[in-house]
Amino acid sequence: MATRTASRAPSRPSDALSLEQKVELYYWMRLTRSLEERLVNLYRQTKVVGGLFRSLGQEADAVGSAFALDRSAGDILSPLIRNLGSMLVQGAKPLEIIRQYMAKGDSPTRGRELNIHFGDTERGFVGQISHLGDMIPVMAGVTLSFKMRGEKRVGLVYVGDGATSTGAFHEGINFAAVQRCPLVVIVENNGYAYSTPNTKQSAVKEFKDKAMAYGIPGVRADGNDVLATYDVTHDAVARARRGEGVSLIELMTYRRKGHAEHDNQSYVPEGEIARWEQTNDPIDRYVRVLLTELQVEKKELEAIDARVAREIDEATDLAEQSPAAEPTDALNGVYANPASMDPLWYRTGVRSAVEKHERPASWGTYNG
Amino acid sequence: MAEVTYLEAIREALFEEMERDPNVFCMGEDIGAYGGAFKVTDGLLAKYGEQRVIDTPISEAGFVGAAAGASHMGMRPVVEMQFIDFISCAYDMLTNYIATARYRAFLPCPLVVRGPSGGYVRGGPFHSQNPEAAFLHTPGLKIVYPATASDAKGLLKAAIRDDDPVLFFEHKYLYRRIKEQLPSGDHVVPIGKARVAREGTDLSIITYAATVWKALEAAEQLEKEDGLSVEVLDLRTLLPMDDEAIIATVKKTNRVLIVHEDTRTGGVAGEITARINETAFEWLDAPILRVTAADVPLPFAPPLEDYVLPQVTDIVSVARRLAAY
Repeated sequence: MATRTASRAPSRPSDALSLEQKVELYYWMRLTRSLEERLVNLYRQTKVVGGLFRSLGQEADAVGSAFALDRSAGDILSPLIRNLGSMLVQGAKPLEIIRQYMAKGDSPTRGRELNIHFGDTERGFVGQISHLGDMIPVMAGVTLSFKMRGEKRVGLVYVGDGATSTGAFHEGINFAAVQRCPLVVIVENNGYAYSTPNTKQSAVKEFKDKAMAYGIPGVRADGNDVLATYDVTHDAVARARRGEGVSLIELMTYRRKGHAEHDNQSYVPEGEIARWEQTNDPIDRYVRVLLTELQVEKKELEAIDARVAREIDEATDLAEQSPAAEPTDALNGVYANPASMDPLWYRTGVRSAVEKHERPASWGTYNG
Repeated sequence: MAEVTYLEAIREALFEEMERDPNVFCMGEDIGAYGGAFKVTDGLLAKYGEQRVIDTPISEAGFVGAAAGASHMGMRPVVEMQFIDFISCAYDMLTNYIATARYRAFLPCPLVVRGPSGGYVRGGPFHSQNPEAAFLHTPGLKIVYPATASDAKGLLKAAIRDDDPVLFFEHKYLYRRIKEQLPSGDHVVPIGKARVAREGTDLSIITYAATVWKALEAAEQLEKEDGLSVEVLDLRTLLPMDDEAIIATVKKTNRVLIVHEDTRTGGVAGEITARINETAFEWLDAPILRVTAADVPLPFAPPLEDYVLPQVTDIVSVARRLAAY
């Protein structure tokens, strides 16, 4: 398998990918989808604490764009809530994700934060916060440090269509553009910000046109075509690495699930979700490319599916055995110095505030 | 050695820290070619160049966020607010992103946000604010507010070296009004330690920033006219608060007056009062009293501003009432 290469003449960046790499793209997309499906099961078993955020239908844009970064060069990305795939490509493990969702004590944030809100700058991803758009200024600063130190590293930051309305989006891109930071901004246009459609978000028809206001290039691509996503990101990353500054990419995709699992999508026009599912599923589309254009054998993909299922089973088993968070650990790590906060006087010597931790059935929580 | 103003002391700290550590860099509006609205950063660009002295677009959220990102990667940004009033534009970045970064994501955020604060300068509602209390309520931040040139230099150097995000408030009324001979060598003042600005035994005035000088003036007058021995405690750092020094002065004088230039409701004085109440109530011989600004936006015209802000006469009259209780 090691010597197989893609068949078409090199005319776009993805043509330079080996067939192994192209098959790997399938692995990451399948892992993303299957891991989320497992999380749905855990959610319905009330083992997930809080909400569950799906990227169903958006796996190609997450995976294809992150795959265009150079991990050996130390490239860093900042994901959005629907970029589980990007984080997996960058080195996040299914076990970490499940532990996060289950609020386990050995989760990457030790129970401090929810879902995929965590980071690891060593592996190349910076944890997001819930305030949309804020990660653009932060990633402007991360990439400013690359520029100041003469490092040939690139940053990639994801925002949604809704975040383009924020002040942070504007201030962050503008700052990075003026400083010519090696930054790629991806606007994932999935049609909705929670329930708000794009028509109520912006009078701009195409979000890529916002780039013009910052003096940077803006391009639009099919976010449900994993190779197209890879191509457009690869070009912007190469441009950033050459010192030519910021690019904005709008990836067209569609959010087939609600904002979170509790969202019944009552605001979506009838038939819209089914249409995307039937005619524009990113994994279905890529499977067709792999099987027909690239002549990958079906059993090879089935083997990947089996591997993914096994990995998720193993991760689930381990996560289920993970300990709960330790209550008094809540006082650690607010500051570098002091390393711990003193307990409130009436909590001195108290290990747990309550005997049983209530599990409120409300916003964001599965209630059957 | 020549005497150095509060403003020059801050500038000295910036030069020395940029010289000491190549990871230190400055960002802000008009801080480069122009040297800053108050000329605090004058000369930095000429010495350290555009890479390390960055004139930013008018975008406090943008460059404070960028400071956070750079600090994650090992840089030590020092960000100037042209006036501290504009820090509210970066409130989200500071309170949601920066203050929580270490706790939620184990991301180091060694950055300093500094800027001219405070009134008595006829600056009006948007060039005179004291927004420190808004951040006192945010775990994860440190807040420093020096009253002397020596502390301004030493605390800024400590803030830049600190591994946590520090808000460094500079009182613009003091910028060129006070000067002193600074300690020689690498003068660093530890964050979190208050300073007894004047020893006394009859009552304590707990304060910080420009009102330290008002309190000292009042103390002088009270000694001359009333024979009262007044202790003045200059907090220097508001977060973390030096509980030890506060309780020590309570136990020494048993009467406490808290003075601050910020507005009254939800101000720092309320927090100090609660702390004393919880841990040293039995040491008090009188209720804790406050002298603060009135709860109004700070007006521009001299008669209005002087009416709203704490004055020496307020401190004297309230201290007399406290002493007589």
